[in-house]
Parts: sequence; structure tokens; C-alpha cells
Amino acid sequence: MPQLIAVPRETAPDEKRVATVPEVVEKLVKLGFRVAVQSGAGAAANFPDDAYRAAGAEIVEDIWASADIVFKVRAPSMAEVQRMRAGTTLVSFIWPAQNRELMQALAARNATVLAMDSVPRISRAQKLDALSSMANIAGYRAVIEAAHAFGRFFTGQITAAGKVPPAKVFVIGAGVAGLAAIGAASGLGAIVLANDTRPEVADQIKSLGGEYVPVDYVEEGSGVGGYAKVMSEGFQKAQAAVFARMAKEVDVIITTALIPGKPAPRLITADMVRSMRPGSVIVDLAAEQGGNCELTEPGQAVVKHGVTIIGYADLPSRLAKQSSTLYATNLLRLTEELCKAKDGRIVVNMDDEVIRGTTVVKDGSITWPPPPPKLSAAPPPKAAPPKAAAPKPHGEAAPPASARGTAVVFLIGAILFWLIGAYAPPAFIGHFTVFVLACFVGYMVIWNVTPALHTPLMSVTNAISSIIAIGALVQVAPFEVEPPGRPTGWIIGLAVLSIALVAINMFGGFAVTQRMLQMFRK
Amino acid sequence: MSPTLLTVSYLGAAILFILSLGGLSNPESSRRGNLYGMIGMAIAVLATALGPQVSKAAYPWIIGAMLIGAVIGLYAARVVKMTQMPELVALMHSLVGLAAVLVGFATYIDPTASANFQGAEKTIHEVEIYIGVLIGAVTFSGSIIAFGKLSAKITGKPMLLPARHWINLAGLVAVIYCGGWFINSHSMEPLVIMTVIALLFGIHMVMAIGGADMPVVVSMLNSYSGWAAAATGFMLSNDLLIVTGALVGSSGAILSYIMCRAMNRNFVSVIAGGFGTEGGKPAAAGGEPAGDVQPVSAADTAELLRNAKNVIIVPGYGMAVAQAQHTVYEITKFLREKGVNVRFGIHPVAGRMPGHMNVLLAEAKVPYDIVQEMDEINGDFPDTDVAMVIGANDIVNPAAQEDPSSPIAGMPVLEVWKAKSSVVMKRSMASGYAGVDNPLFYKDNNRMLFGDAKKMLEEVHAALKT
Repeated sequence: MPQLIAVPRETAPDEKRVATVPEVVEKLVKLGFRVAVQSGAGAAANFPDDAYRAAGAEIVEDIWASADIVFKVRAPSMAEVQRMRAGTTLVSFIWPAQNRELMQALAARNATVLAMDSVPRISRAQKLDALSSMANIAGYRAVIEAAHAFGRFFTGQITAAGKVPPAKVFVIGAGVAGLAAIGAASGLGAIVLANDTRPEVADQIKSLGGEYVPVDYVEEGSGVGGYAKVMSEGFQKAQAAVFARMAKEVDVIITTALIPGKPAPRLITADMVRSMRPGSVIVDLAAEQGGNCELTEPGQAVVKHGVTIIGYADLPSRLAKQSSTLYATNLLRLTEELCKAKDGRIVVNMDDEVIRGTTVVKDGSITWPPPPPKLSAAPPPKAAPPKAAAPKPHGEAAPPASARGTAVVFLIGAILFWLIGAYAPPAFIGHFTVFVLACFVGYMVIWNVTPALHTPLMSVTNAISSIIAIGALVQVAPFEVEPPGRPTGWIIGLAVLSIALVAINMFGGFAVTQRMLQMFRK
Repeated sequence: MSPTLLTVSYLGAAILFILSLGGLSNPESSRRGNLYGMIGMAIAVLATALGPQVSKAAYPWIIGAMLIGAVIGLYAARVVKMTQMPELVALMHSLVGLAAVLVGFATYIDPTASANFQGAEKTIHEVEIYIGVLIGAVTFSGSIIAFGKLSAKITGKPMLLPARHWINLAGLVAVIYCGGWFINSHSMEPLVIMTVIALLFGIHMVMAIGGADMPVVVSMLNSYSGWAAAATGFMLSNDLLIVTGALVGSSGAILSYIMCRAMNRNFVSVIAGGFGTEGGKPAAAGGEPAGDVQPVSAADTAELLRNAKNVIIVPGYGMAVAQAQHTVYEITKFLREKGVNVRFGIHPVAGRMPGHMNVLLAEAKVPYDIVQEMDEINGDFPDTDVAMVIGANDIVNPAAQEDPSSPIAGMPVLEVWKAKSSVVMKRSMASGYAGVDNPLFYKDNNRMLFGDAKKMLEEVHAALKT
């Protein structure tokens, strides 16, 4: 029996998006699912019921009753949670860190919940990264809102009526949203300046037509997973100085600075706002998380000190058709991951890193936060680690050999040494000492060998191991007069054969090593 | 020559051997290192021959055997091709192993060798003989099989007997049992039985290991040949043998470790063998990277190279098989004269033995300062215009970093996909040794140049010159 994917109408005020679009419905049906859409769900995003019906969805009113899987955009309200059937799978934005009560309620319904805001940031998961696709839209829309509120052209023009200077736009934070804003603003003809705590994004800023404004303070700003991290006080001071200077200079500021799991950093102070030219615009994309600007009022556009401060939290929803399409596609990709057999039934495989990270409630038990991702999408730090550092996939999981491990090794070593010391005859101890010390000397010497010379190393050590010849040499005829009872013939035969074999090795090994080493040249 | 003089000569030889290995720390001093090794060996052999343990009666035998060996060895060293180095090294390891077995047996049948030993000393002496023969036999048969695999006389595919771990375990138990029997009875039978088991074990162990794990096997056998020499040293109470054996043994052990680390695998799993078959579904890892590959012609490749400023060439076993190193250097020389910055990126396990690629490139006269290690060059790929991969697959597979479910996940790889464009030279779309599909081939900025590496490179070279 194929499972039923249900797409309810969004109930949050002013939410125009919908979790699936007709185009995607067709593909979900192809994966074997049945799809039901609540009537009017797509109306605000200009997807009429008929279009869904034509794509193969049922249009129903009571959407929650029969649903096996629910696709939503916003996190469900408590009322919606109450209507969910026990054991339903829910896919939507959840923000588990901010919505603890909701998580409890969902767990109580024995639900399985996949949070689109918790998709791990690894390359393989990019296609289902709804945060990125929404951020892209928000960045674009932020520029459009700014242009709308700004009283002048963005592009510079020389007209018969006089010269128009281009607008100057300053973008703070060059994540997905910031980069989209840079692209959109420079597309409109503005001069775009941008700043980010992560210096490696400077090239991306330039590639979109922006100019990177550095903060003159050395500190690496990349955290785990390519996100920004909280910076030191010294850095923040230097950064504030840059922002204060920019505030006096530019016409539009677009702030996109977010740190995962933390309130948005306060970057634009009231003083900076006061120093801006009247008629300037600030668009604060972090409004929902408290705002990057001190004067932001979440959800509102306000004018303070002559500066329009836009704190809309619903920018993606303002491009409902676009954002619904992208979000629906993200969900489709997730569904494909969940339903590899294409049989219309999902399998939440907790061994899959992407699925594991996304799943925040599994069969009624909370599984958030997930273990840290294994690989960072960001490039490795510039300073390459010395070659002795073992490349381990589990970054933090392997601290240098633990004290306990070292202690165990030493303990075993001590016991072995004691046993040998207690029972072995003195002659053996002498050889044993030599042996152990030689092992250590070999260990130290070999680590210095350059990898390029590993083959010559092997052939020279091979040649040196011909030293076994002297073992055979002393066997051939150690006595002037053969003692009785010694099987001389056999011994000479074995020893001479060994000498011949080893001589091949000895001469051949050194000769071929010499030949190889002659070839290495600058 | 007095015994003390002999000991001092041995000490000198041991120092020279250590200096010899130390000399290999860079190419400049390496030739001198080899010379130290030769001098050390000469001192050791001469001092032994003139010493109190060798009578005049032995000289004809010794000189005769040495001459025969020297002629064969020098001849082999002269005619061997650089692409055949892994085979030669494996074969030479087998000689050391065999010699250790023979010396062990000779010591056993020589009543004068153990005449002075009593009680615990005698037991230890016998254990030493036993272990020396054991390691020698495993080294001998293992090296012979490795030689067969490397020279393609035996298939490179892992041969997996059912219950192979149990077979090995049974062998081990039998070896320990025979050891007890040998020490109690002093008879020849347990020694012979153990030798046969050890030979079979060596064969079985290497048969189960696949082609691309050969760098580990070769360096492991290198290590064994050292331990065999050290065990012989204990047997004959000879400190020089012990020191030298320990040096060689630890050298091989470190190389094995480096190779395992380069594949992000542990030593036991390599030796247990059967990599790439246990995953069960080769080439289907997620089925995700499926897509279209974009073939490219030799002329277009030449065009790409001509317009590039920075080029990194990543050679693999395919280059060795096709003997394409000289053509590669012709192209490199041509491009460098045009001001293109051409460098080589070498993965530690590229080829069939540690440092294999370096030797091949050195043979083609590529200057060693443009041949760089993976760690040195990996950061430079984003600034590289063209990354050219010649007959390599798993060592450039982005799945190792991107797909945690991949069998090679976590293995350090050369990040060629970060270059602005990449060209992969391959004979066909067959997946690499690990049986993992390579998403690199389907990337937008990657082109595939199908055909024999040498032939294709010659065409590229010809197209460059026009």
C-alpha cells in the first residue's frame, strides 16, 4: 500500500508558500506515492487546485486524518499537532532549538519529524538544503525591498536632467543570502561593498561583482560546516569601526549575519543608524533572530532617524511562487533519499548521515541535536598540517592517544620486559638490548626518508638485508679440522646455496639502487 | 683477525648502514647513502671471511658462490626496467627469505652450533632457529606470490578461499603445536612440517590481497625479510645481523604503516584481504553519481593545456602500465618552455610499491622539485587550470570525501575536482580497484580522454607542437 503524502494549507498569518507544487506532485506520484493537497493550499502562491488535480493529486479538505506523511513549510502550530495521526512523518521547518515545546508535543504524538532547517551542510546534501534555497530568495528580495524603499535609482545615469550617482550598497555577511543580495544589487547597477568574518569568501564576493571590505584584524572566522562563529572582542571592535565608517558612506545596508543556534549579532548600533544619510535603507535579514540592527522591529518596516529599517521575516514568502517551487524540489530530493526503492514507502535510515542529521524526532523519541558532521564542506585550513599528522575522517573524534591507552601500552611493555629479565639467560639479554635499540634507531631514521625515495629505500634496505650472508659464511667451514659427527656435506650445500642467493640480492640490490638514485635530479 | 677486531668491524658496518638509511632523507645525499651501504656490506663480509669463524677451507666455496650471485645480481640490476621495480624488489625479498630458511636448517643440523648451550639457553636457541625458519619461509613464499602478482603471472584479483581466516588460524595453532614438539623432541619432523605450513601460509596470505594493496604487501615483505635476518642473528648470536635486521624490519614496518594510512585503512584489514568484495555491490554505491561523461579528443586536450597557466599532472598505475612516463615528460618540457607551470601530484599509494611513481618520473628525467606529495599540492588545486589524471582512479575519487557510505570514505585523495577543469585519461569506464564508481568522471568540469595512456599522450604531444 503506497503511503499518502498530505500537503496542508499553511496557517501562519501572511504565509503564502506551499510545500509542494504541481510539477513536483507528478514526480512524487512517479516515486509511487499518493499525494493529497488541501483545497486552496497553493492559492496564495498562484497554484490553483485544478493544477494539482491535473498533476495527479487528490484535493481534500480534511487533510490530517489519512496522512502518512505531511509536507509543510512552517513548523506546525499546536492545534495542527493535535490533529496529526499517531506515527505520522512530518517534514517541515522546525527550528528545534527555539521550539522545545513543539518538539515535546511532536514526540508525544509518536511522530517522526524531519526538519528542513537541520539538513547537514555536506556536499551530498546540497540538493535538499532548503535553508540555502530560501536564503537565496531572501537575499534577492531584500535588494528589491531596499530598492522599493530607497528614493533613488540604484544604477548611475547621466541624463539630460542631470547626473545620477549610483547607489552604494553594503552587504554584511556573505552567506547564501548575502551573495544573492550582492548579485542582485550589482545587477541593478549599484556599487556593492561586502564584509564577512570568513576571509575565504572574498573571492566569491568579487565573482558576483562586489568589493570585499576587510576588517583589519587577524582571526579565522570559519566555524564547523562552513558557518560563521562568534568572534573575539578585539575583532568585534575592529569590525564595528569598519561598519561605522561604512554607515556614513553608503545608502543601503543589507545585513545577513547569523550564527547557528545563537541570537543574531548586534552589528549596526543606533549611533550608526543616526550617522546615515536621511532616506537610506537598512534591510535586516536576521530580524527573526533578534536583528543585526539595534533598531530593527521584527516583521515591520519602520522609519527611524530618517532611515527606513526593514525587518520583514517573510521575505521568501513574498516570492511565494518561486520559493514554493524551490522548497518543493528540496522536499522531492529528500523524498528520493528516503525512498530509494521507489515503491511509495519511505525508510528513515538513521545510518545515512544526511537523513540522520535531518531527523529530529524518530518514532516519538527526540534525536536532536545529531552527532557532528564528519566532513566540512569548507576547504581545509591553508596551513597544511605537517605530513606526520594522520588524516582522520573523524575530526574531533580522535584526540591524541589517550592517557589511559598510553598507560596500557607502557604497562604491557613493562610486563614483557620483566618476564624477559626474569627468565632469559644473560647472553640473550645482550642481544635483546641491541635488537630493541636498533628497532628504535630504525624507526627514527626511516621517518626522515622523503616519500619520493621510498622505492630506493626499499631496494637499499633489501640489499642491506643481505647481511644474512654472514650467517651463511660462518657455517661453510668454521674449523680447520672437521669435528666428527658434523654433516659437513649438507651444511656446505645449504650454506653455499644461501651465499649465492644472498649475493644476487646484495650486488643486485645495491646496483639497482644506485641506478635509481642516479636518475633523481633537479 | 681477532674476535675484538671483528666486533669493531661489525660496529663500523652497523653505523654505516644507519648512515645509509639516513642518507635517503633527500635526493642530494641519497647517492652517498647508498655508497655507505655498500662499504658497510663490504666491511661486514670481509671481516667475517677473515675472522676466526671461517677457515681457509671455506674460501673456494665462498668466493665461488659470491661470484655466481654477483654476476646474476648485477645482470638483473642492469636489465630491469623501472616499471618492473616492484617485481624485482619482491623477488629479491624472496631470496633473503629462502636464505634465512637455509641458514636455519644448516644451524639445526650442525651439532657444533649448539654444543655450548645448556638448559634455558638451548631452548632459546631452538626457539630462535624455529622462528627464523618460520619468518624466512613466510617471506619466501609470500614474496614469490607477490612477484607473480606484480608481473601479472598470477591474477591481481584477491583469491578468497572460504573460511580463510579459520585456515590461517588453524595454521597458527599447528605452528605453535609443532614448536612445542620441536623443543621437546629436537627432531627434524616438526621443523619440516612447520616450514611447509609457513610456506602455504605465505602463499595464502598474499593471494588474498588485491592489486592496489600491493604497496602494503611489498613493504610488509620488506619488513619480514629484515625480521628474518634479525632472527638469524639471534640464532647465531651475531649482533650485526640483529642490528641490521631490526633496521630493515622497522623500515618496512613504517612503510607499511604509511601506505595503510594513505588508504585510510588499518594494517589488519589489508592483510586479511578481500577489499572491495565485502561491500557486495561494486559501482552501485548509492547509484548517485550516474550521469553523462564528456569525452574529449587529444587535440582538445592539447588546446586546454596550451591555454592553461597552472597544470598539475596526477599519474597512477595506468601510466606505469602504458610506460607513458617519457611522453609525459616530453609534454611537460614543452609546456614549461612555454611558461606553463606544470607540476606533478603524487599520491602515496599510486602504483604498486611505495614511491613507484617518483622512480618512474625520475627515470624520465622529470626534475624532482616539480614532483610533489599529496599534502604539499592539494591546496593548490583551486588555482589550477587543468588537472590531468593519467591512469589513476581511486586516488582522485571525490566520493572519499563527499560520500560517507563509500567504501573508500575518509581515504586521503588528490582533490583534482577543485581545479578549474580536469582531464582523466583512462582506457574505459571500468571502475577502479576498490570497485567504487568515481563521481569525478561526471563532474561538469571534467573531460574523459579514452584510450591507452601512451598513445593518447603522444597524440596530445603531436597536437601541442602543431
